[in-house]
Amino acid sequence: MTEEIIIAGFGGQGVLSMGQVLCYSGVMENKEVSWMPSYGPEMRGGTANCMAIISDSLISSPILTKFDTVIALNQPSLDKFESAVKPGGLLIYEASTILNPPTRKDITILPIEATKEASNLNNTKIMNMIVLGAFLKLKPIISMDNILKGLKKVLPDRYHHLIPLNETAIKKGMELASKVAN
Amino acid sequence: MKELKLMKGNEALAEAAIRCGCDAYFGYPITPQSEVLEYLSMEAHSRTGMLVLQAESEVAAINMIYGAAGTGKKVMTTSSSPGISLMQEGISYIACAELPCVLANVVRGGPGLGTIQPSQGDYFQAVKGGGHGDYKLIVLAPSTVQEMVDFVKLAFNLAFKWRNPVMILTDGALGQMMEKVELFPQEERTFEPLPWATTGKPKSRERNFITSLHMQADAMEEINRHLQAKYKKIEEEETMFEEYMCDDAEYILTAYGLVARICQKAAQLAREKGIKVGVFRPKTVFPFPTGQLAKLAGKVKGILDVEMNAGQMVEDVRLAVNGKIPVEFHGRMGGVIPSPEEVLHKLEEKFVGGKA
Repeated sequence: MTEEIIIAGFGGQGVLSMGQVLCYSGVMENKEVSWMPSYGPEMRGGTANCMAIISDSLISSPILTKFDTVIALNQPSLDKFESAVKPGGLLIYEASTILNPPTRKDITILPIEATKEASNLNNTKIMNMIVLGAFLKLKPIISMDNILKGLKKVLPDRYHHLIPLNETAIKKGMELASKVAN
Repeated sequence: MKELKLMKGNEALAEAAIRCGCDAYFGYPITPQSEVLEYLSMEAHSRTGMLVLQAESEVAAINMIYGAAGTGKKVMTTSSSPGISLMQEGISYIACAELPCVLANVVRGGPGLGTIQPSQGDYFQAVKGGGHGDYKLIVLAPSTVQEMVDFVKLAFNLAFKWRNPVMILTDGALGQMMEKVELFPQEERTFEPLPWATTGKPKSRERNFITSLHMQADAMEEINRHLQAKYKKIEEEETMFEEYMCDDAEYILTAYGLVARICQKAAQLAREKGIKVGVFRPKTVFPFPTGQLAKLAGKVKGILDVEMNAGQMVEDVRLAVNGKIPVEFHGRMGGVIPSPEEVLHKLEEKFVGGKA
């Protein structure tokens, strides 16, 4: 198993931390992982992205141009990376802010109203975990147990009281994904 | 029990320094390696008593390294391209005075102030001697975050074994990316006064004198001869490299650091198309694995050297191959990273396409 992913959105949407949770959870599951952030000027207010690879075997290039899964959290990221999904791959996008939805027919497309659901949970910062849940529903590459272990590693101690909320959000995302996918 | 962590390359450099029992770090922040100083200032002193100091400039930092290395303690600095340029005078002095220390250059795009994205534009500076005079650094080129950990330990061992500065030549992408690392256990900070170090003169010996200034030309030539003999021995004993799918390869990609991994992926893609490609990766770029590459060149049809610069290591590749087979070059500059598909395309264009 090798899953090559890019997560893209505005700085502050939790793009980088979503990738980190996924990768640390991968470590907990004894997989090889790599996490490559964009750290250039775009990090200073604009679009941010990270490439995450999770694999059963050693990872060669941490930098890729085609992905099994693209997760786009805003319109510019969707425009930029729709074409980067491998044929037959998965495109998940945050639907509430998208005016021009994707048009490809050769991939699975999953719109998720994550921002809306996050405000239903009274914490808009949890949006990224809802999207992560949706991803894990379609690509169950890591167990929920290990995702929670990964979360614990990524979140600083002072935020550990938020782990149950994150778990709720991930489960919410899974629920949404199964609704949309059906 | 293995201690596994997900770490950034820069954090890995810092954590490994602490675990090696490094005594002091002097540095100055610069993107994309500031996490080293940040991590050390949070962790190091409370854990091992290691001194961590932000100097007023890179020039100050390297001279602090010079002074502290003279005492025989384990000292380290890190910076990125423009900062390493500022250190060159001090590095030349340290090399002449034969003091052990570890330097890391987390290279960014140049020339000039350049960009903060990854580059390999400082290969010549690191390998051919960026400062004045005939000196060499031992230069290690990690390609994974795990090697960012392992090579710090290796670098200290080599620095003390050869009394020579050792540089870890890495880049902004490896500094910023996170991978799984296995950490070695904490080593104690020990100190035994070394016979050459300036630790206070006991009655039992003459005073130790560390300098790089020698007024007599013939004395200076003697020092040069001694240094050159040392570098030759280092070339004989310390060369490290890695071959990836080279056994049956018809074409070889040569690359170091992160780019070698991009080339591994390109080699996988090539093999899916039926082109037998392997990757030769020097782990030490000084000493360069000349003999091993020459041997390999006898078995293949062509080499494509890939770098994030305008063509620097390719000169060492060509020297090693010595005209036996064609050596082509592909490079991206200024902070742009080549993609595996792009490397494969170049290889086909230069070699395979030409045949058809």
